[in-house]
Amino acid sequence: MIRARKLCKTYRVHRRPPGLLEALRSVVRRRYEEVRALCDVSFDIAPGERVGFLGPNGAGKTTALKILSGLLYPTSGSVTVGDFVPQDRRTEFLHMITLVMGQKQQLLWDLPPAETFAMNRALFDLPRDEADATQKELVDLLEIGPLIGKPTRQLSLGERMKCELVAALLHRPRVLFLDEPTIGLDVSMQARVRDFIRRYNESTGATVLLTSHYMEDVAALCPRVIVIDKGHLVYDGDLRTLARRIRPEKRITMHFSSLPAPGELDRLGNCVARSELQATLAVPAAQVTEAVRAALGRLPISDISVEDPPLEEIMQEFLGGQPANGGVRSA
Amino acid sequence: MNRLLRGEGLRTVRHVLRAYPALLRVGLADMFAYRAELVVWLLTMNMPLVMMALWTAVAKSGPVGRFGQREFVAYYLGMLLVRIITGSWLVWELTMEIRNGTLAPRLLRPIHPLWAHSAMQLAAVPLRAILVSPLVLVLYFTAGERLPLHEPARLAIVVAAIAGAWILLFLIMAIIGTLAAYVESALSIFDVWLGAQAVLSGYLVPLELLPPWVARTARYLPFRYILGFPVETLIGLESTTSALHDLGVQALFIAGSLVVTLALWRAALKRFAAFGG
Repeated sequence: MIRARKLCKTYRVHRRPPGLLEALRSVVRRRYEEVRALCDVSFDIAPGERVGFLGPNGAGKTTALKILSGLLYPTSGSVTVGDFVPQDRRTEFLHMITLVMGQKQQLLWDLPPAETFAMNRALFDLPRDEADATQKELVDLLEIGPLIGKPTRQLSLGERMKCELVAALLHRPRVLFLDEPTIGLDVSMQARVRDFIRRYNESTGATVLLTSHYMEDVAALCPRVIVIDKGHLVYDGDLRTLARRIRPEKRITMHFSSLPAPGELDRLGNCVARSELQATLAVPAAQVTEAVRAALGRLPISDISVEDPPLEEIMQEFLGGQPANGGVRSA
Repeated sequence: MNRLLRGEGLRTVRHVLRAYPALLRVGLADMFAYRAELVVWLLTMNMPLVMMALWTAVAKSGPVGRFGQREFVAYYLGMLLVRIITGSWLVWELTMEIRNGTLAPRLLRPIHPLWAHSAMQLAAVPLRAILVSPLVLVLYFTAGERLPLHEPARLAIVVAAIAGAWILLFLIMAIIGTLAAYVESALSIFDVWLGAQAVLSGYLVPLELLPPWVARTARYLPFRYILGFPVETLIGLESTTSALHDLGVQALFIAGSLVVTLALWRAALKRFAAFGG
């Protein structure tokens, strides 16, 4: 469905040090710098796949999505989506894709979202019955019925984001480029949107490419991740394999009914988080059963769970210790 | 060209025609959302009234060329009408959208962004026409005998000239706005354009009162066909034959501007950086 070969994108950026003197100097002599946002990036994505783009801020993820959706021209390399070259912006291609940008909106600012929906219905030339049914389905699912009649400018960021999703999916695209689609949403709505995207993918067979500030989005939605760092593709594959490779351990989180005896926790594994009646141990995957059995036998356990390490930590380690939320935050 | 040969051009036209009523409806709704801004904008259109006061004072002691006091009143009222009806804010919209990347959502829709912009701008015309209708009455009582009310041919030319002026200004604004993909100061370029337009379109002073070489030069530039030509035809300063000729010249400027707009747009898209987000 998507094929990218040796994709490169270089921006020419005007650089100017701060200060009045430099401002005046830049009037006469401008200094430009070439910034390589993407460098020799190649990948294939099959129809129906859900793929997450991960990487630190400025890694090139959004640039990649913009090239795939035809907004940007690559400096070199080639890309096809379906049978189309995105930059040709053929009508059939635009009917096939959508790009949701959490930082950019397509909703008409001073009019209610319902007006944007009506406009998109006309622009995409959708049969009225079909568009109305899709709109109702999406509006019900995202629980925005009372919102779509209010001017967009009076909606909260989260409410706007939900309306953006409806506007973007009204024409039932087969390829979804989602750039931070859950930004500004509360936790329960993030989960609902994730569930919605998964169901859309499963019911329509649509291909989904996602970047998100929230690692939970990627972990919950994308079996496959493409990691981009400084414009280079540094990993393309299964998320669990990456996790096992970087952190071949499990996390055992225990809640206690009373304080455990001193030293008991250290004998079970490496304690990575601790509060008065709660502790989290990092234990090699092969020793999890034994560690859980020992914990249940020796400690006053009221609740216990076993999980993979958080994706933030994995990515932080993989990308060379860049800050977890800051470093992988826009992945 | 190949796409046109495959009938894509015809499909596009049909698609635009189907989508245009919805775009106009949204444009009208948007216009009502900005109704206060529209009234304020109308109040800023006072330059023709200032010039009218100035020139009628000058003409008190005797006509200036073909212009007596009544002619000056008719000319500047006509200028105000045409200016308000054909006014556009595309250059500001386009410059902003290109610079901050908000053009991106428009590019993802299967219709050229300039079609959508044209509908938004066109939707403002009926409301403006209602707001300026008192001016039409004043014009009628001042220079009713000069208006083409009983000459269907001249009336048709006036309507065509005003429509042409709207299209020409829209395309010029599209060209200058698109330059925002190349230069940071597209609006400054437009300021230069406005300065030249004020003189060479007849906005400040009727062209025939300027030095002859300036008036002659103005006939070969697009400015006059945005304001001066429709106004001169409206108040009967041009003969029907001469107006028909100028209508042809206006059409040529439109065709040329359209070619430049489309070529520049295509080239600018390759430079569009879709900043933000």
